[in-house]
Amino acid sequence: MADANNHKQQPDNDGQDHLIGPGHDIRSIDDSIGGIVLEQRHPASWLFAFAVGSALFMVFLTSTAYLILKGVGIWGINIPVAWGWAIINFVWWVGIGHAGTLISAILLLFHQDWRTSINRFAEAMTLFAVACASLFPLLHLGRPWLFYFIMPYPNTMGMWPQFRSPLAWDVFAVNTYATVSALFWYVGLVPDLATMRDRAKNRITQVACGIASLGWRGSARHWFRYEMAYLLLAGLATPLVVSVHSIVSYDFAVSLIPGWHTTVFPPYFVAGAVFSGFAMVMTLMIPIRKLYGLEDFITMRHINNMAKITLATGLIVAYGYSMEFFVGWYSGHEEEQFMLMNRVTGYYWYVFAALILCNVLTTQLLWFRSIRQNLVALFIISIIINIGMWLERYLIVITSLHADFLPSSWGTYHGTIWDWTLYIGTIGFFVVLLLVFIRFLPMISMFEMKHLHHKLQHKAKH
Amino acid sequence: MTTPQATSPQRLDMAEVRQRLSERTGPAYWRGLEELAETPEFTELLDREFPRFATEWHEGVSRRNFIKLMGASLALAGVTGCARQPEDHIVSYVRQPEWVVPGEPLFFASTFPMGGYGEGVVVESHTGRPTKIEGNPEHPSSLGGTSAIAQASVLTLYDPDRAQEVLRDGDPTSWDAFATLFRNELEGHEETDGAGLRLLTGPVTSPTMAAQIQRMLERFPETKWHQYDPAGNTNAHAGARIAFGEDVSVHYDIAAADVILSLDGDFLASGLGCVRHARDFASKRTLDNAEANTMNRLYVAESSPCLTGATADHRLAVKAADIANIARAVAARFGVDVDSAGADRAEELYGPWINAASADLEAHGANALVIPGAAQPPVVHALAHAINMALGNTGTTVTYTDPVEAEPVDSFASLRELTEDLDAGSVETLVILGGNPAYTAPADLDFAENIEKAGTRIYMSLYADETAQHCNWLIPETHYLETWGDIRGHDGTVSLIQPMIAPLYENRSPHELLGLLAGDPAASPQEIVKAHWENEGVWDNFDRGWLEALSAGYIAGMEPSTKTVSLQNDLDPGAEEVSGDGLEIIFRADPNIRDGFYSNNGWLQELPKPLTKLTWDNAVLVSPATAEELDLATEDVVELSHDGRSLRAPVWVMPGHPHGSVTVHLGYGRERAGRVGDGAGFNAYALRTSAAPWHAAGATLEKTGQRYRLATTQIHHTLHDWSMQGRNLIMSAPIAAYLDSPDLFQDQAYDPQESVFDSGEFEYTGYAWGMTIDLNKCTGCNACVVACQAENNIPVVGKQEVINGREMHWIRVDRYYEGDVDDPEALHQPIPCMHCEKAPCEPVCPVHATVHGDEGLNEMVYNRCIGTRYCSNNCPYKVRRFNFLQYNDQETEQLKLQRNPNVTVRSRGVMEKCTYCVQRINKARIAAKREDRQIADGEIVMACEAACPAGAIVFGDINNEDARVAREKADPRNYGLLAHLNVRPRTTYLAKLKNPNPELETE
Repeated sequence: MADANNHKQQPDNDGQDHLIGPGHDIRSIDDSIGGIVLEQRHPASWLFAFAVGSALFMVFLTSTAYLILKGVGIWGINIPVAWGWAIINFVWWVGIGHAGTLISAILLLFHQDWRTSINRFAEAMTLFAVACASLFPLLHLGRPWLFYFIMPYPNTMGMWPQFRSPLAWDVFAVNTYATVSALFWYVGLVPDLATMRDRAKNRITQVACGIASLGWRGSARHWFRYEMAYLLLAGLATPLVVSVHSIVSYDFAVSLIPGWHTTVFPPYFVAGAVFSGFAMVMTLMIPIRKLYGLEDFITMRHINNMAKITLATGLIVAYGYSMEFFVGWYSGHEEEQFMLMNRVTGYYWYVFAALILCNVLTTQLLWFRSIRQNLVALFIISIIINIGMWLERYLIVITSLHADFLPSSWGTYHGTIWDWTLYIGTIGFFVVLLLVFIRFLPMISMFEMKHLHHKLQHKAKH
Repeated sequence: MTTPQATSPQRLDMAEVRQRLSERTGPAYWRGLEELAETPEFTELLDREFPRFATEWHEGVSRRNFIKLMGASLALAGVTGCARQPEDHIVSYVRQPEWVVPGEPLFFASTFPMGGYGEGVVVESHTGRPTKIEGNPEHPSSLGGTSAIAQASVLTLYDPDRAQEVLRDGDPTSWDAFATLFRNELEGHEETDGAGLRLLTGPVTSPTMAAQIQRMLERFPETKWHQYDPAGNTNAHAGARIAFGEDVSVHYDIAAADVILSLDGDFLASGLGCVRHARDFASKRTLDNAEANTMNRLYVAESSPCLTGATADHRLAVKAADIANIARAVAARFGVDVDSAGADRAEELYGPWINAASADLEAHGANALVIPGAAQPPVVHALAHAINMALGNTGTTVTYTDPVEAEPVDSFASLRELTEDLDAGSVETLVILGGNPAYTAPADLDFAENIEKAGTRIYMSLYADETAQHCNWLIPETHYLETWGDIRGHDGTVSLIQPMIAPLYENRSPHELLGLLAGDPAASPQEIVKAHWENEGVWDNFDRGWLEALSAGYIAGMEPSTKTVSLQNDLDPGAEEVSGDGLEIIFRADPNIRDGFYSNNGWLQELPKPLTKLTWDNAVLVSPATAEELDLATEDVVELSHDGRSLRAPVWVMPGHPHGSVTVHLGYGRERAGRVGDGAGFNAYALRTSAAPWHAAGATLEKTGQRYRLATTQIHHTLHDWSMQGRNLIMSAPIAAYLDSPDLFQDQAYDPQESVFDSGEFEYTGYAWGMTIDLNKCTGCNACVVACQAENNIPVVGKQEVINGREMHWIRVDRYYEGDVDDPEALHQPIPCMHCEKAPCEPVCPVHATVHGDEGLNEMVYNRCIGTRYCSNNCPYKVRRFNFLQYNDQETEQLKLQRNPNVTVRSRGVMEKCTYCVQRINKARIAAKREDRQIADGEIVMACEAACPAGAIVFGDINNEDARVAREKADPRNYGLLAHLNVRPRTTYLAKLKNPNPELETE
């Protein structure tokens, strides 16, 4: 991050390190970003992507309907592996949802101006990823229609949730995260909604944006209150970045299963979440930037910075892997040591091999500036990291459960077609939400870009 | 009675039916419907009313649907309900009999018949529905324990696929119609003294039945009575005849034996008297104190790995054909004249083992015992008897009596004779009483085809099975829980069978059919059995004596009398040539479904078979070395050929199987077993010959390249996965080491560390329930597993779900192999819920669905469970079971009748597990509270504990120092499984002790 600061203070002349492309003024920023929505300048590929997303969303609906009809037995789970893809996918989606808050809140507090052009999109991605994530704990229940038993609500049974269970903590952690993220995202949208209202040519947009912008007039008082609210929300959201995935990791760390019962999990999960979150932002940004011609706002410097953060968190994750092995060896715990050997050489050895390849080896390519500047390479690497992080959760959930204490109970696990369809279906759900967002809301914060533009120009004059 | 008996069918409509029935009330109403249902008009009405179903009338499943529909359509309560009180004791709940309290079960003594012999049971009955089988503590074949099959027999009663009506050439008719026709036909046979009449039964020990058959034979002197049992004791009869020159039954007193040599006998887990034998054996595996070795020592030479071999202190895996030679070698040491070539061959291969076993036998003389296996040829039996005579153990460990069976015959010879008669066309009328011979007959007889050469073929059976296909008449047989009868136990004890429920369908007792054959006047089964015993004149006051015998379940003092026998000369006809070509093929009855009779019993199909843990299939068992030689792996499909016949079957690599042999289990590959048994496994009878029904040389295995998925509850990826992975899960030690330092096991056990935190521990001041399982007694027989399934309404999930790893058993028997894969030690460990004091499942449940009781029970609240399954993940013992799908059958009416009303039937999405039979605890608690006293030790008996033949499981209050469980927990052998996790299991184990012969130890 210090690196990013240096760049800002000493802009290179090759244009790659600009935060905004050359030749933009305040009007052109509004036109380029807001115009996408107001003038509906969408490439044909939007429709194609939407068609694919909707088809996958239908797969999700079918899979969910069949699931509710028959029960979780349509999945591959069993005894001993009673958690499967649903939990893997939950953790994976929640992890992806980390980049948004990190970019919005933490980088804001650290005054990282480069975050401006990606924060709106990343926040939206966070919201949608959390929406996808929160479906899984619900659907994985044996009796999902009784999910509300897990909520603290007054009832005639006099029953309260069991607050010692990490699953109960999960409910609060994820709900809090979703609420704060949504608020944060919405508050950040208000000035832009007002701009849209003012620039809109059709009545519906004017009214809709008018209502949603809460009467924003851009007065100094408004700006003052806005800044304060945004900063407070950022302050609120910051601990959440750490807390959500820490608590998700407790689902495992609190248990006594070898491979789960380990103190390294909270930091290692958070790092992994940021790692996968940034990978996902890159996966989405690189094509969208191209398709919507936003190269002037999401510059190579943004891409470079994101790649660096991915590399840094990737190294933390790799350190986490090595610590698991060290602690396993150091513990002298027979079952723990067996579990680690079993991960590497056992029935699921290929998952471990693929994981190391994806998350540890591939990430090292990001040391090279040439790779960080190569969009195709970055796009492929970001997808590999997404797969790798899914495999990491597979490794943690499945290989720990499939062979624990009593060899008589050992079993194997494989996802079924219904595991696949639900997973792919949520990707469809995610894509649909994202495309709707791109269509109806400015995907880059216009007022922040204008603010940044002003700031940069001001700085350049001196 | 105004039911019209029109001679010609006239049209009848629904309104008329209602009108006719509406004239009646109460019992008359019932009779009216039954009578009406038999009239031709009514049948015609049904055809007209439901034309869609009319054509399917003969198909079992659709017909049931049809009856349901009919019931609903006629709106007659009671037609769909299959359960009725026996008519003799209709219970009115308006004026309640003193002994029937709704919600309180009644217990009746009865007898579970298998293979012609009885095992005394006590049947639990809830408002007229038998739901659970318990052992009869007073019956010598039970002593309170039961076999897994006896436990499962109650499910057969409610099997929806049972034959339900009299069929003539596939068309439904009635017993009365049959009886009329059959009486006429028999009168015709009288002219020829019954020369064209044949009766085929299984082994008969029932005195009433024997007397009926005797009367039949008196009526038809030319009639032949054949007996066939595919897995019976034919060889034992023949062996006794060789040894003693007469029919003798041999009985073993295992409790008196200090040294036992079993020659391929699975006397602890299958076959005659196994329940009693396991109890007696366990009594010699108990140490009253850790000071002296009072344990027995068991030597087993076996061909196909079985539980007795797994229990042995010294096990020798040999080809089945070599057992006779081992018998020769041992016998030769006791001065018996044997074929020395055979003895020498055994000496050469197994000299030290034979030496040690023989010396040990000799040293213990009258307290030693040799037991021949039922599947071994007669010569092995004869030699074993000779060795026993030489040991002088008559009267201590062995007793000889008159035969228990009414007429012991050679099964295979008897069936061959019948087949020849059929083939010659000399059989006009063939009556078959059960047994499904068309399926179970050896392949060389072509019995199924030959049946059809008889004119009238009458088959009485529980099922419309393969044999029914070849017969013109099918008479549905009563299940033993539906009828009256008598039968002898393994030791000859006359045991009585009482009906617990009126026949569910139009079933008839074999006594009624035999009554027709004998020409007796028509009588109910009760009258027939009662009349027999009244004639016997056992009691001065018959009514009182009869009632006492019924309540005890057996008639004391009617055992066959003890015999003095004298050994014949020339016992050994000479060793068979052991051919070097091909593999030896060994046939054995399946450990669960036996000869195939229990094919359609889901509990037994899903019960993991001892040692293999295989469910729903049989397999070709081969040794690891043979598998390597033939490049075979488990689940490879092979072409198994023997004697010109061949079949395709999957392979199971079986540690400890002798090399060069393969074992196939009978009872599978059924085509008309029913919805459960059809299509499971392969039919090994297709390779079996009547000349060598148990083992034969010259089989070949050929790899086909196909694979077949087998469902097992303990999976293995490699040979190494069979072991405990070096974990100290089953503690065991030689007894000498234990006597040296009784703290041996405590030293290995985990020593909990002092916590720095205030533990805030809950103090169990009242009852504190706990359990111990003595691994030294457990034989791994599975009785506990089925008992638990019956008691706790545990569903059957089917083969695919077992493959998916979702079997539901609340208690399972884990099996590990230790040591060399060619001759490993097999270890068993029953695993119920441990009811940990610090249960890891509890804090992780987000909704408090699993909580701790103040008596130490880890309780499941099904209603509260939302199915996160976290508890199961966090259970180190993996004893929790989840309803991944809707497993409990909520559709089949008959199966509902079996359910225990005191246990919730769990639905989809709910976790479940062993509750320590909390319903039994609460029942005892209510009784104790009413009498204002403490629950006494032994008052609560878990279902698994009650069923255990060996008495290995003990449950009770660990706070009560005098309780058996508390005493066992104080035993130096007591240890907790995975105690190092500090979960403090309430279920603990008593370590296993071995009693090896020091002479063989040094090897």
